[in-house]
Amino acid sequence: MQARKIHAYRRENGRVGVRNHVVILPVDDISNAASEGVANNVKGTLALPHSYGRLQFGEDLDLFFRTMIGTGSNPNVAAVVVIGIEAGWTKRIVDGIAKTGKPVEGFAIEGRGDIQTIADASYRAKEFVQWATELQLTECDLSELYISVKCGESDTTTGLASCPTVGNLIDKHCSNNGTASFGETTELTGGEHIVAAKAANETVRKQFMASFEDYQKLVFTEKTNDLSESQPTKGNIAGGLTTIEEKALGNIEKLGRKTKFVGCLKPAEAPTGPGLWFMDTSSAAAEAVTLWAASGAVVHLFPTGQGNVIGNPIEPVIKLSGNPKTVKTMKEHIDLDVSAILQGEMTLDQAGDALIDMVVRTANGRFTAAEALGHREFVMTKLYRSA
Amino acid sequence: MIHFLVHDPSDDVAVAVVDISAGANCTGRDLVTNKEIKHTVTQDIPLGHKFARHDCAVGDTLKKYGTEIGKVVHPIKAGQHVHVHNLKTKRW
Repeated sequence: MQARKIHAYRRENGRVGVRNHVVILPVDDISNAASEGVANNVKGTLALPHSYGRLQFGEDLDLFFRTMIGTGSNPNVAAVVVIGIEAGWTKRIVDGIAKTGKPVEGFAIEGRGDIQTIADASYRAKEFVQWATELQLTECDLSELYISVKCGESDTTTGLASCPTVGNLIDKHCSNNGTASFGETTELTGGEHIVAAKAANETVRKQFMASFEDYQKLVFTEKTNDLSESQPTKGNIAGGLTTIEEKALGNIEKLGRKTKFVGCLKPAEAPTGPGLWFMDTSSAAAEAVTLWAASGAVVHLFPTGQGNVIGNPIEPVIKLSGNPKTVKTMKEHIDLDVSAILQGEMTLDQAGDALIDMVVRTANGRFTAAEALGHREFVMTKLYRSA
Repeated sequence: MIHFLVHDPSDDVAVAVVDISAGANCTGRDLVTNKEIKHTVTQDIPLGHKFARHDCAVGDTLKKYGTEIGKVVHPIKAGQHVHVHNLKTKRW
C-alpha cells in the first residue's frame, strides 16, 4: 500500500476520516424522538436512535459511555449534537467527545420538553452542518486509515476467497504502519490456538486467551444445545459450513499470513497505536461493526458468502464475496467480486490489490453498496440486564 | 474447470466450488502444493458443500485447513456429502 494517497478529512486531533457526518446522538432510548426531530428539521444531519442508556451499571455502563463517546469521536463525524433526558450524563458524553476538539453541544429535555429542546438543538445543528459542509478534503496516506474487519453470512467460499483477500490487505496495510482490528471472539473457536500463535508477545497472547476463555464460559453457562443455527447460523449451514471449528478456520484467514497482533481491546476501546488489534466482540454483524466504529475505525471490510446486507451509519462497510452465485443473486450488496479465485483465475495478491483499490475509492467518496441502499444499523452491545 | 478445492493435502474433506452431480468424476487441487487431485463424487454436492475424500467411521475426527473441524456421528463413504447430518462440533 506504499504511496497510495486518498483525499479525506483530517480532524482537529490529526485523525483521518472518510465521511463528514453531523450526528444527532441520543443519550438514551427516550431521547430518540427529539433526536429524530432535529434530524428531520436540519438536512445533512444523521440521528442515531438506539435502545439503551437508562439504569445501566458497572462494566455495562462503562461500555455504554465508551460506545457513545467513541461514536461521536469517530473521525468520520465532523460535529455532534447530544440530546439526553437529563443534563448529567448528557454532559459526560459531550465532555468525552469534546476531547477530540470537534464541535459538540449537549441539550437536556427535562425542564423544557421535547419541542423546545428540538428547537434549540436544531439551531445548533444547522450551524454545525453549514460549518461541516465547508470543510475541505486534504491529501492523506492510505496507511492513516484505521480499518476494521469482520465477515458475515459466511460459507466455505469465505475461507477460500474473500477472507484470505482481506488477510492479504491486512498484511500490506499493517506492514505499511496502518492500524486494523479483528474480533468475533466466539467465532475463533477451534482456531484459537492459531490466533494465539499470532500474538506479538506473551502478554498479548495471555490477554487474548483470557478474553477467549471468558466468552467460552458464557457459552457453556447459557447454552441449551451445541449452538447450531446460532453459531454457525442457519445461513452458514445452508452455505455448507458444518461446525463452529470450520467456520472459525475460515474466519481467521482475515488475519493475514505474516501479521502479528499487537494488543487486545475491550469492546469499543480505541487502539493506542498502529498494527493489528484484537477486539473482544460479539460475532453478530451490526453489534460488532458498531463497536469498531465506536473505537474509531473509519472503513470496515466485510467478506460475505451467502450475502449479509449489513451497513453502519458512520463507518462505510465494504462487502466482498467469493461466492459466484451470491455475486449474481445479491449483486446490489457486493462491492467487490473475488469469485475468480475459486477457479484459479485470480491470485490472492491480485484480489488484495483490488480490495485496496476499493478502499481508496471508498475513502475518496464512493458510496458503498450498504450506503447506497440505506443500511444504517447502529446496534449497541449490552452485557447484562439493567438495574 | 476446477470442481473442488482442498485447503491442505492432509484434509479429509474437499469443498465443491461448482454444483457437482452424483457420479461425477471431478478434478480439483490443493491450495498448498497446487497439485491436481481426482475424486469420484457419489452424491449431489452443492457449491460450497463438502464431500469425504475417503471412508470415515463414527468417532473419527475430520480435518480441513489441516485442522480439526468436528467428529463423525454417522458413517461416511468416500465421495459422500459431509454436513450437519454426519459431522458435529467437538467444542460445544
